[in-house]
Amino acid sequence: MFGYYVQLGVRSLKRNPWLTALMVMAIGFGVAASMITYSVFRAISGNPIPEKSERLRVPQLDNWGPEHARALGEPAEALTYTDAIALWKAHQARMQTIFYEVTLSVIPEHGGSSVPFNMSGYAATGDFFRMFDVPFLYGSGWNQSDDEGHADVAVIGRDLNERLFKGANSVGREINLRGHSYRIVGVTDHWDPKPRYFDLFSMFTVNGIGDASQIYVPFSKAIDLKLDTGGRNSCGGASSLNAGWDGWLRGECVWISMWVQLDTPAEVERYRQYLRNYAEQMQQSGRFQWAPNVRLRNVTEWLDYEKVVPPESRISLVVALGFFGICLINTIGLLLAKFMRRAPEIGVRRALGASRREVYLQFLIEASTVGLAGGLLGVLLTTIGMFGVGLIFEPQIAKLAHLDVSLVVLTIVVAVLATVLAAFYPTWKAAQVQPAWQLKSN
Amino acid sequence: MLQIRPIVTALRRHKAGTILIALQIALTLAIICNAFSIIQQRLAHLSQPSGIDEANIIVVQNEWAKPMSTQQVNAQVDTDLEALRHIAGVRDAAISNAYPLRGNGWDDRIMLKPDQLKPTTSTALFFSDERLLDTLGVHLIAGRNFLPGEIKAMDVRDELSPPSAIVTQALAMHLFPNGSALGKSIYFGDAHPVTIVGIVETLQPHSVDRWASGFASQTTILPCRLLSDWGNYYLIRTEPGQIDAVAAKVRQTLFAQDAIRVISDKDGIQEFPQIRKEAYERDRGMAVLMGIVCVVLLSITAAGIVGLTSFWVGQRRKQIGVRRALGARRSDILSYFLTENLLISGGGALVGIVFAMGLNLWLVTRFEMQRLSLAYVLIGVVMLLLLGQGSVLAPAMRASKVPPVEATRSI
Repeated sequence: MFGYYVQLGVRSLKRNPWLTALMVMAIGFGVAASMITYSVFRAISGNPIPEKSERLRVPQLDNWGPEHARALGEPAEALTYTDAIALWKAHQARMQTIFYEVTLSVIPEHGGSSVPFNMSGYAATGDFFRMFDVPFLYGSGWNQSDDEGHADVAVIGRDLNERLFKGANSVGREINLRGHSYRIVGVTDHWDPKPRYFDLFSMFTVNGIGDASQIYVPFSKAIDLKLDTGGRNSCGGASSLNAGWDGWLRGECVWISMWVQLDTPAEVERYRQYLRNYAEQMQQSGRFQWAPNVRLRNVTEWLDYEKVVPPESRISLVVALGFFGICLINTIGLLLAKFMRRAPEIGVRRALGASRREVYLQFLIEASTVGLAGGLLGVLLTTIGMFGVGLIFEPQIAKLAHLDVSLVVLTIVVAVLATVLAAFYPTWKAAQVQPAWQLKSN
Repeated sequence: MLQIRPIVTALRRHKAGTILIALQIALTLAIICNAFSIIQQRLAHLSQPSGIDEANIIVVQNEWAKPMSTQQVNAQVDTDLEALRHIAGVRDAAISNAYPLRGNGWDDRIMLKPDQLKPTTSTALFFSDERLLDTLGVHLIAGRNFLPGEIKAMDVRDELSPPSAIVTQALAMHLFPNGSALGKSIYFGDAHPVTIVGIVETLQPHSVDRWASGFASQTTILPCRLLSDWGNYYLIRTEPGQIDAVAAKVRQTLFAQDAIRVISDKDGIQEFPQIRKEAYERDRGMAVLMGIVCVVLLSITAAGIVGLTSFWVGQRRKQIGVRRALGARRSDILSYFLTENLLISGGGALVGIVFAMGLNLWLVTRFEMQRLSLAYVLIGVVMLLLLGQGSVLAPAMRASKVPPVEATRSI
């Protein structure tokens, strides 16, 4: 029976090709618009580290006071040097890292024709690699004694390793960064979480998406070498700049990001309490003239707070869904017209003994063939639309959106389901047809 | 118009179809009004003038590859700028820490008194020297340019203590609404007074994004070369039509002065028209997207009306025949369907106005967008009514051609 209904459906669709084409196009355009915007939204709102997003947290404390807060009642998004060092030394978390972005010139060993080039990365403490699950090709990160010993060690990224050492194991080799020589202890595999959740504070690039970082050096060494931040430095307004590098380190400008790993709710609570105590000490010492105001957001809360998803993406998703809704309303109207036109035929079928259920089934199957055709058109339009994403979003975001199997399946499923849903009312009307009345009037 | 009562009676018998068309029109109206509004806002945003001679400006991102003292950097900058100015086709060149639409840079709070707690407003800070105005082609409308003797060399982490400043007209108006800003003092959060010596017409800040709206159009130029051993920007203004020729020579010229530097292959040397294009990519994209949505949406709605009206016409052929047989003219039948559609569209449009306001309210509260102007609602309503009439025309014409003899068939 099912096969027969599908056959009937196809034949009926062929009978009014224009009406059918109209419905298929409405569904195709509607579902394609939704899928294109959804693929962009999915790409930028995904959880970059799902297995740890509850455990990794950002300590924040208010060092500017309510008068100068950048956002009402919220502490700064990063830490001052003073606080970062104090929290790091206290070692109150299972794992913890402080870091800031650096851009360093790589000076190729054998001068020759190769000119220096710049690479970005982080001056970080050793736990950075383990906390953020950085994958290694060769070697590993450095340990805490390297941090404390201000060691001249570095970790480089896969791309830089390709460029300098043609992809060979470079652990133990030397690298000259901005005139200072470091010993390579590890080479990371390709690692570029999107969005770059751990460094949303200093990412100047669009919504935490940029080129993969290629250089990591110990935080303590970077401070010794007075490597200035390549990321953001925000002074909020509590105090003006102090003169010179040392003045800057002592000042109230924030430029260092900190993350801690806390595995249980109890640990989180204990750390939160520690942060409050620290702020209270600062209040007692007179540095803070206000009550402790601390935060300890996890990855998802942090992404949300930093507004990683651009409003454009949300607005276009909402508009696309509204558009799809209108297309469906359109489909309801057209299906209604199509089904009711066949009232005499339904009358005959009912008179010959077909139950209401069978009428339902026949028309829903007919509708789902429309949905299927719409879905296939939708896949085609989505594929074309993917090339157009670059016209609408920045290239960094556009290249994240892509058509994969799950999106194709989703497109077709959504198209068929939505069409069947839209067909419920017209089908119900069709099943209400009174056989006697239809037979009489013709 | 006399036909309204019978039309309403007839529509009561087609409740579902009527409601579906009206709903479709309402939702379409809600979306297109807001889309118009978004398009207008985005276009207004991206057509703001930057105040500089955009067509002839090259931006060079010059980075030093080795640590240097401020004095060493300053001397190298002098050499570099001299060499750049000697390239054929170059009008002038200057050093700066930022330029309009760069994306990020130094912005600071600005006060009118040394001990003021709450800042009066914010400003973008451009650090350069007396050559910046000519290099960018910015118009000085009052006061004077910096004097060569005023210029200081300053490290990024040094105290901010410039003697004088040039501000944009917008900033001057904001700070001193009741009089000239010339000769007045401003403060950057400490007791050091900075005297305003000049006012320029327009110079856009380093960012025009939403986060930078606190200092939109408000730029201050300071007579300091902000030197860091990291690097700086060289801005070059070429003679008209020379931009490509000059851009091709910059790298070679700079490397001839000193080879221990980095000028990225990707974005080390950029022409300003390209910078502008990238800075407003989002705005343009949003406008294009909304434009596409409007066009497709209107087409789909129109097609839907054509489809459903055709169905109604087919259903009512007999009744039309009867009316024609009883003496109705073809124009009566035509106007019947047109009026019917006008009633449905009108009803849908009324509901649509409410939807449009609702959607706009959500956009305003959620995304800090501007309020929907009534003009867009009106334009949307008129467009949809015309669209309705236009799409109903073909089926209505067909209806009017139903011969009176139809009344006699098949009864």
